[in-house]
Amino acid sequence: MFLEVTKQLCIGFGMTLKLFSLTLLFSLPLGLIISFGSMSKFKPLKWFTKVFVWIIRGTPLMLQLIVIYFGPGLIGAWAQGQIANGSTGAFINFMATFKVFDRFAAVLIAFVINYACYFSEIYRGGIESIPVGQYEAGQVLGMTKSQIFFKVVLLQVIKRIVPPMSNEIITLVKDTSLARIIAVYEIIWSAQVFIKQAGLLWPLFYTGAFYLAFSGLLTILFGYIEKKMDYFRS
Amino acid sequence: MAELEIKNLHKKFGKTKVLKGIDFSLEKGEVVSIIGSSGSGKTTLLRCINFLEIADEGEIKVDGNTIFKSGENITSKKMQEMQLLFGMVFQNFNLFPQYTVLENIMLAPKLHAKQKYKNDFKMKKEAVENIRQQALTLLERVGLTDKKDNYPCQLSGGQQQRVAIARALALNPKILCFDEPTSALDPELTGEVLNVIRGLKNSDTTMIVVTHEMEFAKEVSDKIIFMADGIIAEEGTPSQLMDNPKTERLINFLQK
Ligand SMILES: Nc1ncnc2c1ncn2[C@@H]1O[C@H](COP(=O)(O)OP(=O)(O)OP(=O)(O)O)[C@@H](O)[C@H]1O
Ligand SMILES: [Mg+2]
Repeated sequence: MFLEVTKQLCIGFGMTLKLFSLTLLFSLPLGLIISFGSMSKFKPLKWFTKVFVWIIRGTPLMLQLIVIYFGPGLIGAWAQGQIANGSTGAFINFMATFKVFDRFAAVLIAFVINYACYFSEIYRGGIESIPVGQYEAGQVLGMTKSQIFFKVVLLQVIKRIVPPMSNEIITLVKDTSLARIIAVYEIIWSAQVFIKQAGLLWPLFYTGAFYLAFSGLLTILFGYIEKKMDYFRS
Repeated sequence: MAELEIKNLHKKFGKTKVLKGIDFSLEKGEVVSIIGSSGSGKTTLLRCINFLEIADEGEIKVDGNTIFKSGENITSKKMQEMQLLFGMVFQNFNLFPQYTVLENIMLAPKLHAKQKYKNDFKMKKEAVENIRQQALTLLERVGLTDKKDNYPCQLSGGQQQRVAIARALALNPKILCFDEPTSALDPELTGEVLNVIRGLKNSDTTMIVVTHEMEFAKEVSDKIIFMADGIIAEEGTPSQLMDNPKTERLINFLQK
């Protein structure tokens, strides 16, 4: 039985890992773009970005998941109803084509947007904490803006954001369990199957070991990265 | 012909007028000190000369060529070229913390060489080797050869400032500006930095030094400029200014 449970949980954990790594893959760069938006000198873009980040950070991820999963379907159904009542127009026709997303895609989109917003704030904090003197020193040495960013500022930013990023990334490991509310079969879901079908509770507790092992691994990894950058102070 | 000519420079921040018409010129190899009380616009003047701020009005000429004139747009590429005519040493050093002493000095020259030689690996390699040799020579000049592989956080303030001077010199600026190079330092460390600046006097480098070290200004300068309230209130040789101040403001300033 133990082996069977382990096997099933591993399959569930595979999904957890897939969601985790794809979320990181897309949200890390997207967060950087959003952070540039929130620091933009072009006011409308700046405010649009800030409001967007505020909404995403100010509402539960679970709610965002539900909105993204069911929202398009509801819009599509509503638009079809309008057409049935005699409405016409290109926009309403377009909206009528909206369908419910694939479950995994919906979860991934919600996670990527949510985490990109959190990361963007960490990036912004990191970038803004670099003293102007660093930029000015680069400027008087005739370096271009991009040379200053990549050769002078970037590593200092990375050093500063590793601790908050590692917190956020470890939170992501645990947040992946939210995916089960729209029936994406991650590890907790796998464990719940045993409750329903065999009346076994312990597989659910057993999932904790998977989370602990994985976040332990990440902690070691981030500790190593922090150590690697110990050689300078900024 | 004067190497540097500043004409009628004005700068305001919002409504505050900080520079209200600055005129002066410098001959090649000359050392000028700028003194004046806090808020008189000394830093702003240096920053306008270095293009860290863009003056609102006025003209800057180097060797007779106009490099800045208010109302004329300059591209950022052009500005970068102009910036290289000047070097700047900041009050708080601004070394790049993630690079060693030697890397701090070599970084900008290396980037310029890379831009210049693009795909010509052989030339690039040769250029980098020259840059390295020059950096080592400069380190010797500021007395920090043994610290070349240390990181800035492992150095004292005085040593960091000496590295900053070497870093500025590595680009062979025509005119080197110092903004209170010793005022972030403990008193016992100012000497070593002032000594380095003294040592530069005999080379060709033209220098503008904003300083509160009166003794040093008197000793090292060919000319002293006293700024007050955004204008040059008095200007002359060290002995003219220090021993025979004419304006009330300077007299008050020197008594402090
Ligand atoms: N970026 C800025 N924005 C607004 N005001 C500024 C700015 N930079 C300088 N000022 C103002 O300009 C005036 C002159 O400043 P500046 O730094 O040039 O003086 P300073 O002579 O270098 O003084 P100190 O001896 O204290 O360094 C000050 O009143 C200062 O508040
Ligand atoms: Mg100043």
